[in-house]
This record gives sequence, structure tokens and C-alpha cells, in this order.
Amino acid sequence: MANYALRRVLQSIPILFILSILLFAMVRAAPGGPLSAAYRNPNITKEQIALLKHQLGLDLPLPVQYANWLGDMLQGDMGDSIKFRRPVSEMIAERIPNTIVLVGVSFLVTLIIALPIGILSARKPYSFFDYLTTTLTFIGQSVPVYWLGLALILVFYVSIQNPYTGEPIFPAAGMRTIGQDKNLADLAWHLVLPVTALSASWAAWYSRFLRSSLLDVLHEDYVRTARAKGASDRIVYYKHALRNAILPLVTLIGLDLPSLFAGALFIETIFAWPGMGRLFWDAARGRDYPVLLAVVMIDAVIIISCNILADLFYGILDPRVKYD
Amino acid sequence: MTNRSLGSQILHRFFKHRLAVFAVVLLALMVVLALGANLTQYTPTEQDPSNPFMSPTTAHWFGTDELGRDIFTRILYGSRVSLLVGLISTLLTISLGVAVGAISGYYGGWLDNVLMRITDTFLTFPTIFVLIILSSLLRELPFPWLKNSILVVIVIIAALSWMWPARLVRSLFITLREREFVTATRALGGSSAGIIIRHILPNCLGPILVSGTLQMAYAIITESGLSYLGFGVQPPTPTWGAILSTAQVYVFRAPWMAIYPGVMIFITVMTINYIGDGLRDAFDPYVIHSEK
Repeated sequence: MANYALRRVLQSIPILFILSILLFAMVRAAPGGPLSAAYRNPNITKEQIALLKHQLGLDLPLPVQYANWLGDMLQGDMGDSIKFRRPVSEMIAERIPNTIVLVGVSFLVTLIIALPIGILSARKPYSFFDYLTTTLTFIGQSVPVYWLGLALILVFYVSIQNPYTGEPIFPAAGMRTIGQDKNLADLAWHLVLPVTALSASWAAWYSRFLRSSLLDVLHEDYVRTARAKGASDRIVYYKHALRNAILPLVTLIGLDLPSLFAGALFIETIFAWPGMGRLFWDAARGRDYPVLLAVVMIDAVIIISCNILADLFYGILDPRVKYD
Repeated sequence: MTNRSLGSQILHRFFKHRLAVFAVVLLALMVVLALGANLTQYTPTEQDPSNPFMSPTTAHWFGTDELGRDIFTRILYGSRVSLLVGLISTLLTISLGVAVGAISGYYGGWLDNVLMRITDTFLTFPTIFVLIILSSLLRELPFPWLKNSILVVIVIIAALSWMWPARLVRSLFITLREREFVTATRALGGSSAGIIIRHILPNCLGPILVSGTLQMAYAIITESGLSYLGFGVQPPTPTWGAILSTAQVYVFRAPWMAIYPGVMIFITVMTINYIGDGLRDAFDPYVIHSEK
């Protein structure tokens, strides 16, 4: 298994390499490039632009620029933000934990909602509970995450107030109350709306997926065999069926990770959550290309690592899988 | 089973899924509304600075926005963009995905290897980030026709979605290419292209249609999302996402503004999802139907 993990890591290097070339070419192919704002500014002279170009290394041929950038990236130097004149690595180090908190908590909440719903609705298909959850999951799958976020703000921040204090029920922006010390309760309070918005559609997808994969598995021969040898319904269901039905879900989650980050981008933008997604959005609007490249590359690394982890986890869940 | 053709059996099964049929009717209604968008008494860009932020009235069914534009008209025009992006980008995605998947699955070998490595690479892209970068980049290129931002959005969504149908079609082809009817056709001298297009592909129609509905729902949500973030179809073209993003700015002054575009996206995507569900049941005769 260690060999397999190592090979997967090695295989991911060319993928990241290709991605980095494509991204660099894309970001730098735009006319004017990172200095387009400076070109439009009538107060900046041609000489100043030339100097700026030289300082940023933009007067070198593109492949040389790429090689320099890649070399720096590999040493952990992601360059300086053009807009904020700060090391990108510093800015990202501030933001990454916030995104991990948001995505991690949302992911846990998703599993806590999706697993029981998927299991119970497959247990009694076409029951009232199944119809109810199927309808709810259809709704959940169809609600765009950004609108759900906005709707939650509309309801719990704009419309309904706490009758005693007259304050909004849940905060709609940021990670903590201004003027308060960092504390867990306050963070949890700020997490409620973003996590709800982010988890809803994933929970819908995963529970529906688990339901259909459980129903598929229940027709398998080994389930019939287990029943025939007299195993109780419970054992058949939770030990034989569930363990097999969960495998495709692990693969789905592994493949679906880019969409988790997409959701986080929207939610961070709406709720002014100081994470990587929000950083990226600001950088994209300001064409702050070192930040853009760094955020995408780091997200790609996270996605690939989680992919590998999902595959390894698959092997732990399914002893039939042999890594060689 | 009576001896009806396969097509009419599938149609019959689809019509048994009442919600899916209802969804088809609803979607058709939305298409009609989108086509008739110019029949309202306002234009989507006509400003009325004396009447901003009007709440819904009989004159302005959905109220007016910050520039006094009629939101109902803008929503209807927005549905043109959403439906167009959904339809065309889905057609592109499916065509590309089916082509890659069919070739990969049918021929196998090194060709399959190369194509699947490319597919895997695309699957690890942080999609939304790349979409945003591509969208802002392509519009700055010195080609006037690229300024037509609807086209840009359609193409980039397809460029980052074809991998899903490709993987699906490949796996279908791998099973189907070993079947007797393929061997028989080959023995009779059928060409590879003929076998792929005339013999194997028709058997994949069901799953391809279902994945098409998923793709269309995804494309519509993604287009609105990009426009919401400011990287999709650009103003003054009215889109649901753009209306939503204005609504967020004025969420205290005109909270109703946020409701309509969201409800429209929701209804559209929901109808498409239900149609997909109906198609899945219709093409899969082994599905257990509850006859209640």
C-alpha cells in the first residue's frame, strides 16, 4: 500500500506540471497582463511601466518567466501580491485554516445528514419517509449554493430578529464578532449560515447516491446468500450491504472535491469569509496574478491529495482491492 | 409485453413518471416565456431613474431594480441566456465526451491510455477557479467575436465538463464491444466507425441522455454562478446571476429582488433534474416502479 501511495504521488507530479503550464500560460496570455491596470492609469508614465515590468521580471521571455516562477514555487516562494505588496505565501497561510474550518465542518455536517437519510430511505424504499427525503433531496440538488446563502441571509439576518435584543439571529459576515476575542462559540455562531448553505446540496447528492447504491447492492448474490444462511435483517443490511454500498460513495466524494471548493468559493464570497476562495475572487477582480496562480495550484494539490487519500481509504474499506 | 417498438415502450414508461411529465410541461412553458420576453411593455435595459426599488405592483410584477428597470422583463430575458447556455454547452459537452469516450472505450490500448490520462488531468482541475481565470482572460483577447460573452461562457463550461460523459461512455463501450452483436457485425465486415456509430452508440442513448440532463442543470447553475461573481455573461445583458448579485448589494432596501432569480434557477434546474429522473426510469426496465 505504501508503494501504491508513492506511485500515485509520483503520477500526480506530471498532472500538476501540466496544470501549472496551462495556468501560467492562461494568466499571462491576457493582453496587458498583470499590468493592464497600470496601462490604463494616465498618471503612470511609460518609463515607470518599463521599470515596473523589469522589477517584476515581466520583460523576460515567457518560458524564462515560467521557469523562474516554478523554481520559486518549488522552494515555497510564491512571489509578492501585486495589489498588496506582500508575500503571497503569507497571505495564503492566513487564509488556508479558515477555508479548512469552513469546508471541514461542512463536510462533517454533510455526512451526518446524508448517511442516515440514505441508509434509512433505502431500508424502506417507497415508504413515506423515502418519498419525503427523495423530494427534499431533489430540492437540495436544485438549489444553487449561492442563492441558498443569500436566502439564508435574507431570512435569518434581514427579516427575523431576536425579539429580546432586536439583533439578527445569525451573523451574516466574517468569522468573528468585531471587538470580541477569538473564541469557539463565536466561531460556531458565525459558521451556522455558511455551513448550512454549503452542506445542503452535498447532503442531497450524497444521500441520494447512497440510497441508489444501497438498493443496487441489495439485489446482489452475496446479500441473498447472507439472508439464506439465516443472518438477521440488521446484520445483512448494515454489515453486508452497507459496507459494499459505501464504496462508490467514497469514489464519488473523491472525484467531487473540485465542486466542494467551488461551493466554498461562493460561500466565502457571500459571507465575507476570509478564506482562499474569497482571496481568489479578490485577486481575479484585481488581476493579481501571483495570488491567482498560487491559490489555484494549492487547491489543485489539495484536490489531488484528497483523491489519493480517497483511493487509499477505498482499499481500507474494501479488502478485496489489492494495491500493487 | 405487447409487441410495441422499443421507442414507444420507453415513451410509455416516461409518461408513467408523472413528475417528469409535469417537468416537461413546465420547462416548455419556460421556453415559451423566454421566447416571448419581448412581449412585455418594457425592455430589459430601459431605465426609469424616478422609480428605483419599487416593490412588486401591477405595473411592475416583480418590482424594479436600482436603475428602475423592470425586473420581470429582465428575468424573462435572463431565462433566454440561461436556457441557451444550458442547451448549447450541454450539446458541446456531450458531443466531445461521447467522441472521447467512444474512441477510448472501443479501441482501448495506447489510445485509451492517452485519452484517459488527459481526462484524469482535467478532472483534477479546480473547475470554478479555472473557469473564472478563463472567462476573464478570453474576454481580453484581441478578438471582437470573443467579446460575445455568452459564447465564452458556453465554451469554457463545456471545456471543463466533457470528462464526465467521456468516462461514462467509455465504460459503456468497454462492456458493449465484447457483446455478440458487435462480434457478429465485425465478422460480416462492418467498419469500426459503423460499429461505433450505428451499433454500439444507440445502446448508450439512455445513460447519455440522463448525463445530458445532469450536465444541463450544472451548466445553468454554473453560468448563473459565474455571472453572480461577475465573471459570466457581462452587463448590460440581463442574466439571473447578475440580477442576484445586484440583489445582494441591496438586500436591505429591496429584499424581494433576491427571490425571483433564485426561484427561477431553482425551478429550471429542478424540472431538468426530474426529466433526468424520468429518463433514467424510462430507459432502465429493471427499475422497480411503485404503481401507486
